Amino acid sequence: MTRASTSEKGPAARGRERPKRSRLRNAPWTPYLYLLPAAAFIALVFIYPLIEVVRTSLQVPAATGGTTFGFTNYEFMLTDLAFRQAVLHNLILLLSVPIMTVLALLFSLLLWEQMRGWKWYRAFIFTPYILAIPVVGLTFIYLYSADGIVNTALEALGLGFLTRDWLGDPRLVLPSIMSVIIYRELGFGTILFLARMMSIPTELLDAAKTEGANWFQVHRYVTIPQMRSVIEFFVVVEVITMFSWVFAYVYTMTKGGPGFSSMILEFYIWQNAFEFQSPGIASAVAVVLMVAISGLIFLQVRVRRDESGGDAEQ
Amino acid sequence: MAATQSSRKAKGASSLGTILSHAVLIAISIVALYPIYYMVITAFKNRQEYLSSQFLPPLHPTLQNLREAIAQGDLLHWMLNSVIVTAVSVLAATAAAILAAYALARMQFPGRDTILSGIVSLMVVPPVVLVVPLFLLMVHVGLINTLPSVIVVYVGLTIPLSVYLLTNFFQALPYEIEEAARIDGCSPLGVLWRIVLPLSAPALLTSIVVNAFWVWNELLIALVFLQSNESRTLVAGLTLFQGQFQVNEPLVMTGALIATIPMLLLYLFGARFFIRGLVAGSGK
Repeated sequence: MTRASTSEKGPAARGRERPKRSRLRNAPWTPYLYLLPAAAFIALVFIYPLIEVVRTSLQVPAATGGTTFGFTNYEFMLTDLAFRQAVLHNLILLLSVPIMTVLALLFSLLLWEQMRGWKWYRAFIFTPYILAIPVVGLTFIYLYSADGIVNTALEALGLGFLTRDWLGDPRLVLPSIMSVIIYRELGFGTILFLARMMSIPTELLDAAKTEGANWFQVHRYVTIPQMRSVIEFFVVVEVITMFSWVFAYVYTMTKGGPGFSSMILEFYIWQNAFEFQSPGIASAVAVVLMVAISGLIFLQVRVRRDESGGDAEQ
Repeated sequence: MAATQSSRKAKGASSLGTILSHAVLIAISIVALYPIYYMVITAFKNRQEYLSSQFLPPLHPTLQNLREAIAQGDLLHWMLNSVIVTAVSVLAATAAAILAAYALARMQFPGRDTILSGIVSLMVVPPVVLVVPLFLLMVHVGLINTLPSVIVVYVGLTIPLSVYLLTNFFQALPYEIEEAARIDGCSPLGVLWRIVLPLSAPALLTSIVVNAFWVWNELLIALVFLQSNESRTLVAGLTLFQGQFQVNEPLVMTGALIATIPMLLLYLFGARFFIRGLVAGSGK
């Protein structure tokens, strides 16, 4: 119990309470020696590419031959229809975040009642999250196909007029992909929320119930406020996911098509770098993506810091 | 006592609510499991039976797809690659993260807090941003189409989360035993190996299980760095497989099933640790 509650605090919070000073001092370079292997990998896999990607994005062919520096790649990017579509589509994908949050809250609240068989339901709901995205994507190609389960189920329900070419129709492909993302990520949210709920003291809820609050009121005014930080965490993780972890869905299901109708930033970067052999343009978009994500995180940290006065429980 | 009584009362009072809860949860469970059910039943049908009945379990289960998938698709080779890549990267990342986390949790030095928050913040960097320069680098050093190329990248990408998990865990351990061991003349490395690690099995398993899932299931990096048929990982090979055999649904689903089974086993063994790892991040 103690371990669980302490491990929930982040290192940022921990930083203030310094570790106890050892009476046996190490040599001043000892800690850095311990950090060396991790630092070497981080330098190679994060630091070097982050510097290089900026350099490559600014590198353009010079009139005299060779290369010089300029903003040509960024200019091209801004005029490219596929890029603008990609930005738009990533923003549209953000719509799935509130949908997932609400659904995950609902399912975790239902599970929290711990009715007969709740552990089975919990395991079932979580299962999609352990599947590889390409496996999910490949399977959904067939589920979405003309005679697949989605259209067949609609017909069986007498909704035959709703059958569609889910991944082939430019207006439907993005919502179809979004549904697959929700399908897989929902288990994560549900488990996360349920784990937090389990640690809410039942006295509070019982008190609210004795006062005559109904199911909705109990959760609206007692449960959800207690879950504030974990909901915030889930929203931040999923916002990041919608910008930087949807490549595998798009790659396996549509390759950005039909046309550009499911083009997203990651796929745009990959395609420019490895299909069109334009690392400069790919790098420019990568820089824009990195800056956008950093901006979002910065904003979130700021908002959180401004609010953290009143939130004593966390 | 009062608490159990009142919650029991609430349960009895809302039996209609309970039925409704069951209905919703059954519906969502069916949706969650249907794709997996589909994958399994399809993998054991021949194509004729699949065409005549997509939705029911096979009447004449066949292993023909399995044989064909193994014979045609280099599937076993890809699986071996996936096993090697996952095992080596997870072990190397964990080893590097243990050392770093121990220094960050137990030693005092200038820049400690900055280094820790710097490492943690790397978790938000999208891999696609790093892939172009890393690709050019790997071409330059001639590692393209070799397993070490992706192993190095996976180790780097999984270190931040591992360091974060382990640092938190080490900091929560009581310091007195370690201090006593130091006074008795044990070296810092000896303390880490003999005292800290044996106490840290849950955190180590959490970090290992979460990273193993991630590496096994990763697509983008495997796709970019491993382009030759012999070097592919299973998940990346699967997307190629699908391109080749798109009209042979049972064969593709057999490949998907083969790629899923190891992770399903890992989940059954390590569900606790996997979930703990996902939840532990929420303290950020």
